[in-house]
Amino acid sequence: MAPVLFTRVRLVDPATALDAPGWLLVVDGRIAGLGQGAPQGVPEGAEIIDGRGRVLAPGLIDMRVFTGEPGHEYRETLASAAEAAAAGGVTSFVLMPDTSPVIDDGALVDFLKRRARDTAKVNVLPTAALTRGLRGEEITEYGLLKEAGAVALTDGRRSVQVAGLLKAAFTYANNFDMPIIHHVRDSSLAGDGVMNEGALATISGLKGLPPTAETVPLARDLQLAAATGVRYHAAQLSTDQSVRLVRAAKDGQARVSAGVSINNLTLNENDVAPYRSFFKLDPPLRSEDDRQAMIEGLRSGAIDVIHSAHDPMDSEVKRQPFAEAADGAVGLETLLAAALRLVHGQDLTLITVLRALTQRPAEILGLEAGRLAVGAPADVILFDLDYPFVVSETTLRSRSRNTAFEGARLAGLVLLTMVAGKPVFRHSAFI
Amino acid sequence: MSAARGFPPFRHRHLLGISQLDQYDILNLLDRAEAMIPVSRQERKSLPTLNGKTQINLFFEPSTRTQASFEIAGKRLGAQVTNMSVRTSSVSKGETLIDTAATLNAMRPDVIIVRHSASGAVELLSRKVGCAVINAGDGAHEHPTQALLDALTIRQHKGRLAGLTVAICGDIANSRVARSNLLLLGALQVRTRVIAPATLLPKGIETLASEVFTDMREGLKGADVVMMLRLQHERAQGRMIPSVREYYHFYGLDAEKLGYAKPDAIVMHPGPMNRGVEIDPAIADGARSVITDQVEMGVAVRMAVLDALLAEETH
Repeated sequence: MAPVLFTRVRLVDPATALDAPGWLLVVDGRIAGLGQGAPQGVPEGAEIIDGRGRVLAPGLIDMRVFTGEPGHEYRETLASAAEAAAAGGVTSFVLMPDTSPVIDDGALVDFLKRRARDTAKVNVLPTAALTRGLRGEEITEYGLLKEAGAVALTDGRRSVQVAGLLKAAFTYANNFDMPIIHHVRDSSLAGDGVMNEGALATISGLKGLPPTAETVPLARDLQLAAATGVRYHAAQLSTDQSVRLVRAAKDGQARVSAGVSINNLTLNENDVAPYRSFFKLDPPLRSEDDRQAMIEGLRSGAIDVIHSAHDPMDSEVKRQPFAEAADGAVGLETLLAAALRLVHGQDLTLITVLRALTQRPAEILGLEAGRLAVGAPADVILFDLDYPFVVSETTLRSRSRNTAFEGARLAGLVLLTMVAGKPVFRHSAFI
Repeated sequence: MSAARGFPPFRHRHLLGISQLDQYDILNLLDRAEAMIPVSRQERKSLPTLNGKTQINLFFEPSTRTQASFEIAGKRLGAQVTNMSVRTSSVSKGETLIDTAATLNAMRPDVIIVRHSASGAVELLSRKVGCAVINAGDGAHEHPTQALLDALTIRQHKGRLAGLTVAICGDIANSRVARSNLLLLGALQVRTRVIAPATLLPKGIETLASEVFTDMREGLKGADVVMMLRLQHERAQGRMIPSVREYYHFYGLDAEKLGYAKPDAIVMHPGPMNRGVEIDPAIADGARSVITDQVEMGVAVRMAVLDALLAEETH
């Protein structure tokens, strides 16, 4: 592959707090140089891409993605998810193990890695189940799963209910230095709840999901993480009290981190009314105060990661009465532009938003990518920060169209996505 | 030809909930319903206003009285009525609600009356059909004709609605009857109170009710109307309430507690009643009970709603 030189770009690298005009050179799939002023060390025959002032940043690392492969390929395959990812500027995504069969065995991790290598145009990072069959009863073979290539252990959409099992899981995972990613939801407190508890749920006649369904198990997990020393990542916070709990755990030196889905960061419970099942999510969309707490959490560093929670669902399970509809929304393709809402709205700086989409996921998972550094993989994106567009489900690349951003006016268009030095997406507007 | 000549037109295609109505819509329907009362009291109980129209009663939840009331209302107006009882389980396994809507819609009905266990399901169905839809109860959301018949019953007995105090007591959390009543009474400047143990009071109910009580005696003080709700005691026991006997002791309507309401207060219940769970049989069947009047007003209200939605276009 020919070397590529990006000229006249705005280099934005959260890891080094760099935000300056400059150039970046890609040779043999890695970043060979970058800087301001005149490009140096450019080999003969390098392809030159004139960025015309657009942002060149590390490709996004999305820490929460579901597909339907294996088992529900009509919802999403690794290939179709990767298409959506590439168009959205996501160069790596962390794959949840909630498939059929569940990814709870080393051979299945190996299968996914091979399938991804052969069919997906971006990096796919498989996780493995924290418990067998995601049943929350027995731990899986953490050592063998790690050797097979799983990057973390998680029960995906499920939440382990038994504290004693979690303690054993955390202790044993720490033995192999495997990070845990846990979605917390106490099923006895959640009950039949389907949307945020409060006046809106009551008026709609829908059962409420109380914030305690998240905060009670989160407090338990954080204490167990501190006690066992495991690397623990709270998958998705949704309440202001959760942010305070994580903040306190971090102040106590526990090796913990936390994520928030783009949905909880940019939408709130008012979007649900009346009965819009495409906004039925887990955790549910919360109050505006909670959403503001997510933003503040990113600003303060209590929250580390923004992810898409990409969860493809077909209309058969989504176009249902609200309480009977499946949870989840697709999000790979809209992740960056939706997150940039916070930049355009001056809630957060571009560096802060990109850090939560690149540097922090890489650090949590121990990846080389996620930064603009000489020697790092050339997983980079070029995007126009201000280019406006309207989201339309008809043009989404995902096999499922359950977007929570249908009709949304966003700004921030990905023009070029490069994985290991190879362009995997070029927008037609970009010549 | 409408039986309801002289009334302002009803400017809605469906009746999905009280929340879609303003006070003029509500009074319009109550006035129309009042005019329907004599029809059911005369010997030949029929009007020709819905001749040739097809009405489908689509009940995903079992119901005897509401379904019968809608059926009788439709037949007294001359409509051809078909009852379809669909067990929710068979639908959720096979056809989706939207499939069912498309199938029925192809049979070209003029009105579909729907009851479903999920809040919002009737609205969802209404968006997929080309005819009028009446909500006969969706989950814990709304039951608009029940609120209308309750209001008509109160007006018949009290001569007015505005300025009264209505206490609604029982399983507020799971009651669509409570929500529709609170919306309707609130729109007509009626003072509303809800009374229940805290486990049966949903978060944010104060946005719908004027006052919230956990002490029934306090809540009944000075009330003009006492509206009791059915307790799903098989479901609530051990979780929301410890026992029927404790519930009855604190929240069952008996003569002693009713003594806190106004001396001329009336007692209502949407039925079916659990005598000895939420209400003393002596009260349920006593002189101040207007529960059978509610059933009669139910037919009048449903005739008025059908007439308002369907007969209008012919004149």
